Amino acid sequence: MQMYDMPDERGHFGQFGGTFVAETLVEALEKLRLMYEKYRHDPEFLAEFAYDLKHFVGRPSPIYFAERWTNKVGGAQIYLKREDLNHTGAHKINNTIGQALLAKRMGKPRVIAETGAGQHGVATATIAARLGLECVVYMGSEDVKRQAPNVFRMKLLGATVVPVESGSKTLKDALNEAMRDWVTNVSNTFYIIGTVAGPHPYPMMVRDFQSVIGTEAKQQMMEMIGRQPDAIIACVGGGSNAMGIFYPYIDVPNVRLIGVEAAGHGLETGMHAAPLTANSPVGVLHGNRTYLMQDADGNIIETHSISAGLDYPGVGPEHAWLKDIKRAEYVAITDDEAMAAFHNLCRTEGIIPALESSHALAHAEKMAKTMRKDEIILVNLSGRGDKDINTVAKLSNITL
Amino acid sequence: MSRIQTVFSSLKANNKKALIPYITAGDPHPKHTVSILHTLVASGADMIELGIPFSDPMADGPVIQRASERALKHKVGLKIVLEMVQEFRQKDTKTPIILMGYANPIEAMGMEKFTQAAKAAGVDGVLTVDYPPEECKDFIAGLQVNGMDSIFLLSPTSDAARVDLIVNQASGFLYYVSLKGVTGAANLDIDEVKARVAGIRTKTDLPIGVGFGVKDAATAKKVAAIADAVVVGSRMVVAIEQSNEDNLLSNISQLMQELRTAIDA
Repeated sequence: MQMYDMPDERGHFGQFGGTFVAETLVEALEKLRLMYEKYRHDPEFLAEFAYDLKHFVGRPSPIYFAERWTNKVGGAQIYLKREDLNHTGAHKINNTIGQALLAKRMGKPRVIAETGAGQHGVATATIAARLGLECVVYMGSEDVKRQAPNVFRMKLLGATVVPVESGSKTLKDALNEAMRDWVTNVSNTFYIIGTVAGPHPYPMMVRDFQSVIGTEAKQQMMEMIGRQPDAIIACVGGGSNAMGIFYPYIDVPNVRLIGVEAAGHGLETGMHAAPLTANSPVGVLHGNRTYLMQDADGNIIETHSISAGLDYPGVGPEHAWLKDIKRAEYVAITDDEAMAAFHNLCRTEGIIPALESSHALAHAEKMAKTMRKDEIILVNLSGRGDKDINTVAKLSNITL
Repeated sequence: MSRIQTVFSSLKANNKKALIPYITAGDPHPKHTVSILHTLVASGADMIELGIPFSDPMADGPVIQRASERALKHKVGLKIVLEMVQEFRQKDTKTPIILMGYANPIEAMGMEKFTQAAKAAGVDGVLTVDYPPEECKDFIAGLQVNGMDSIFLLSPTSDAARVDLIVNQASGFLYYVSLKGVTGAANLDIDEVKARVAGIRTKTDLPIGVGFGVKDAATAKKVAAIADAVVVGSRMVVAIEQSNEDNLLSNISQLMQELRTAIDA
């Protein structure tokens, strides 16, 4: 069998990916590409990365058999990859450490980041504090209002949070603004992108840094049950946690890879954030070609999801590719379905999941019911839900 | 000879430099765009850069972002922009129109459909900000087949190999971005621009336009002394933004005349 070997040298996954940026950014991306090529297999760099993942993040994150939940759902056995137990509460920290170590090697004293829910912003502010780097985080002004605790966390960590007032004032606009900052301050600034999107080499680099999730899982599943799962389920906004767990499994036969997008109010309402499941057209945004939610004129349309981390109109180009070659399947879960799964996990397992991850959990419930009791599902529990308690309380008409 | 080439060679013969104003189509309202285009020509524009509104203009500063937002409120998409060019062409067959925008609206229309429709409307050149030459070979070919120029940006960070690559793909003219940043950003360093433009000239005979930081007549004059064309974008959009329906055209005209005078002096 031919080994999976994507992307090509210029970051293309078939027709997807690439480097669609203004000339003003080309040189910075080229330098980054060369720098990453130099260090991605460098033993010293990898050792430093591994050390931080172990001692600062607390890896490996465990795999946990959710037995009570499995019994309640009835069907396949559901295991959870506990990225929620990482320092800062989500998988995002894996990638920020990798990129910050590169920034240090490139001699950049300043890092910038975009954030939606604030998890990537917090993870960036965290590693910036640890390495003594100046940190500026761009965040849509709508998200600043919705995610006040994370804004405060970033400030505690010494970061400057810049509310973005342009466009829809959410994640995509924060990304635009971070790009504008980078173009302007390119000589002293490293842009830490939080997901497997953006221009090459970001989708590949973020995937590589996150693939520690799948690499660990492969070994842990063998140790725990002596075999690999029948299906792996992960939520997909930009898609970094999903790529992180999928990637080491792409060449493993008979493991279904299932990405779960946000169906919001329902795909039929148009108010969702599910470009893959809704068969959105292919387009160019944020430096890469991918499936994109857009109107007939090619303008990006507003997305909807209960979870700010999935509220993105595009999707990482490698997911677009995996969909087209049929190696991964993509489905969507509504706000209501995600909320139900959120509560189920809280009550049966004593784990408060992030709303993003709750989409993956909800699909696991659906799927498990159709499977035999000796079959295995592994869900990437990408983050914990402490950040979401205000949102959940508000939905339940509770004032905290 | 294309309209763009014709304009540059006639300016050169008269020892003059090109003034290229930028406006966003549909800003402040689609009903004004064609009159603004004619006003720009009447007050001294040699060619015009017409912006295609886009929801996510990553390379633009706040001024041009707001122009896009105003136009999109009136649902001005690429199809309407081409209709505007067509209407402009009914009265003006000489002034080159260069469309400037982002890849996604063009891809949404379809590359082939776009190049044919743009040609039919009377477009002379296209600058797609987020299409570096290595990602848009088919597009360049499509423009060429339809007799339109591919305008590319060169930036202060483009190294020698990059400049070689771009000058070989570009036609019409080259657009040198005078500073590290987005449109309408801080002041440009004229000495640095001068050195860079001189460097580019050793590699190509194409005319070189300079833009991204031309904030006033004084800067325009300095740029005109070293480049073949001066592109004025954000400053023009500010004039539009600060006008009302009654003084819109006269304000544009006044700014244009100031720039023209400075450049010709």
